[in-house]
Amino acid sequence: MILLVVEYSGGKVSKSTYELVTCARQLGREGPVAALVLGSNIAPVASEIAGAVDQVLVADRAELAQFDSELWAAAVAQIASEGEASTVLIGGSRSGRDYSPRVAVKLDASLLEDIITLQADGEKLIAEHYTYLARVTEKVEVQGVAVITVKPGAFAAAVRGSEVAEQFDVDLDLPPRRLQVTGKTGEKTTRVPLSEADVVVAGGRGVGSAESFTKLVEGLADQIGAAVGATRAIVDAGWRPYAEQVGQTGKTVAPKAYIAIGISGAVQHLSGMNKSKYIIAINKDAEAPIFKIADYGMVGDVNLLVPAILDELRK
Amino acid sequence: MRVLTLIRQVLDAEESVRIKDGAVDLEGRKLVMDTMDEYGLEQALRIREAGVETEVVAVAIGPARCQDVLRNALAMGADRAIHVETDAKLDVIAVSKVMAAIATQEAADLIFSGGQQADWDSHALGAATAERLQWPQVTWTNALEVKDGSLTGKHDVDEGSETFAMPLPAVVTTQQGLNEPRYPTLPNIMKAKKKELRKESLAQFEVVPKTTVVSETVQVKERMKKMLDTKDAAVAASELVKLLRNEARVIG
Ligand SMILES: Cc1cc2nc3c(=O)[nH]c(=O)nc-3n(C[C@H](O)[C@H](O)[C@H](O)COP(=O)(O)OP(=O)(O)OC[C@H]3O[C@@H](n4cnc5c(N)ncnc54)[C@H](O)[C@@H]3O)c2cc1C
Ligand SMILES: Nc1ncnc2c1ncn2[C@@H]1O[C@H](COP(=O)(O)O)[C@@H](O)[C@H]1O
Repeated sequence: MILLVVEYSGGKVSKSTYELVTCARQLGREGPVAALVLGSNIAPVASEIAGAVDQVLVADRAELAQFDSELWAAAVAQIASEGEASTVLIGGSRSGRDYSPRVAVKLDASLLEDIITLQADGEKLIAEHYTYLARVTEKVEVQGVAVITVKPGAFAAAVRGSEVAEQFDVDLDLPPRRLQVTGKTGEKTTRVPLSEADVVVAGGRGVGSAESFTKLVEGLADQIGAAVGATRAIVDAGWRPYAEQVGQTGKTVAPKAYIAIGISGAVQHLSGMNKSKYIIAINKDAEAPIFKIADYGMVGDVNLLVPAILDELRK
Repeated sequence: MRVLTLIRQVLDAEESVRIKDGAVDLEGRKLVMDTMDEYGLEQALRIREAGVETEVVAVAIGPARCQDVLRNALAMGADRAIHVETDAKLDVIAVSKVMAAIATQEAADLIFSGGQQADWDSHALGAATAERLQWPQVTWTNALEVKDGSLTGKHDVDEGSETFAMPLPAVVTTQQGLNEPRYPTLPNIMKAKKKELRKESLAQFEVVPKTTVVSETVQVKERMKKMLDTKDAAVAASELVKLLRNEARVIG
């Protein structure tokens, strides 16, 4: 079987999970596509995913109420080996990339991280993923059992069909939890989440101040219904929350349009947004590296250009 | 206690990537210690400086040139270094086998590893090594304290961050904000030349890579690079809005 692990939030299956379903189906490997749901009080999640896969395996346990890499790895490895899974698909979220290496080691399998394409060729699997801060596309080949994390957004989301897969409760041998979570800080935004937005308006040090950011970057984002992004420089400076950071150590986005305001275009920033469909850059320095990957560029002062854009939009 | 910090030598971020014969060509390029690994080394040094009796051992696996970053690590303050020299292209699961074996040989209590390296963009080495050692792990760590044989700190998760407590031995992977790595001083660079840098051969670790790299390519998306005339801000703004509306089709 092809085993995929269901990601969900607020009792609903995440888009990334439907992308795993597409990835599994297009592979054309033998056996059913089975979805594993881990958690506590997850009946609605299990019923929802049953509309998209061939089999649903459910472990509804109080100990699984909160994510833990050791627990998740133990559960996934056990189910994969009992079901003789050829391929284990996991979402390329932070948590997915956190426990998937453990699953690979437990199964003595190969690990492919954050893949964007996947094909089967007999016993072989061929995948592509980005390396060198998303500047290089590396093609790799593996044999045998593979544990694979899939880059969010790389595959289209599968739609649920009319058939409903059977659900099975599974027994698990779980290890004790060693990482104790003592507190949690969530991300709050009233806008579209960054990773799901069609348009991202992002600002950097060139915006000048936290106040100007509110006026120019948030102003433009709200005018066009976009999400807000930021560079590390201004997150470090305390102008914006880390949740908005785009780049190597922040979020990766690939919206239809990315509007970069007062951003120089450092490699670490570009690695988080260089797959955007259209890139629009506004910077006073015509030599700024951001213009090398821009579709539309405006050389000039953000304090003049952004208010002019806002005026135009309000017309 | 003994702390291992895993060091990877990567292409300097300011350097462009060049491809030769279907693979990234690092010949003659500026190579540096990965910044995410610097955070780990710096944190290990701070633990030692905070008064916990600590030996800091820097470890690298890779070609002969990796000794440059290990000398750097020694100059920053590591006590000694281990270099497993190989030209083999090892995947992360294979590398974790070597790392775990070294941790066992060295009776390490704590391992630092970079959150994401700037060459293979992998997040996996820390967790894979932890699994082999049957240790717990914490990833994307941006605050850390060692006290009475356990760790407390803060790390990034899917949506937001968490504070945590975890027993030692353990693996910690780094995230921005953990610290500001120091620069080696001239006297320390001199001292580093006398520190132990032990070479090990890869053969003893019996690793069999499972992943074969078929090709590396730079697929540059063609960008229009259409520069708008900005002499008149209002005219430029109106042109941009037209493009967003009619070409990119992202506004109504
Ligand atoms: C390990 C590591 C990880 C990193 N991860 C990230 C990451 O995830 N995300 C990230 O963003 N960075 C990251 N960085 C930092 C990155 O290297 C850059 O320092 C950062 O992206 C720069 O931010 P910036 O463009 O806002 O600032 P700057 O580089 O200072 O650029 C400001 C730009 O604004 C322009 N400007 C100034 N005034 C005006 C004006 N009035 N009108 C128009 N333009 C103006 C300037 O010409 C300049 O190009 C990382 C670095 C390291 C080492
Ligand atoms: N060949 C290598 N030699 C030494 N350390 C390595 C090597 N490969 C990866 N690492 C370490 O692995 C850590 C993170 O690995 P990764 O899973 O690639 O993010 C980094 O801190 C590096 O120190």
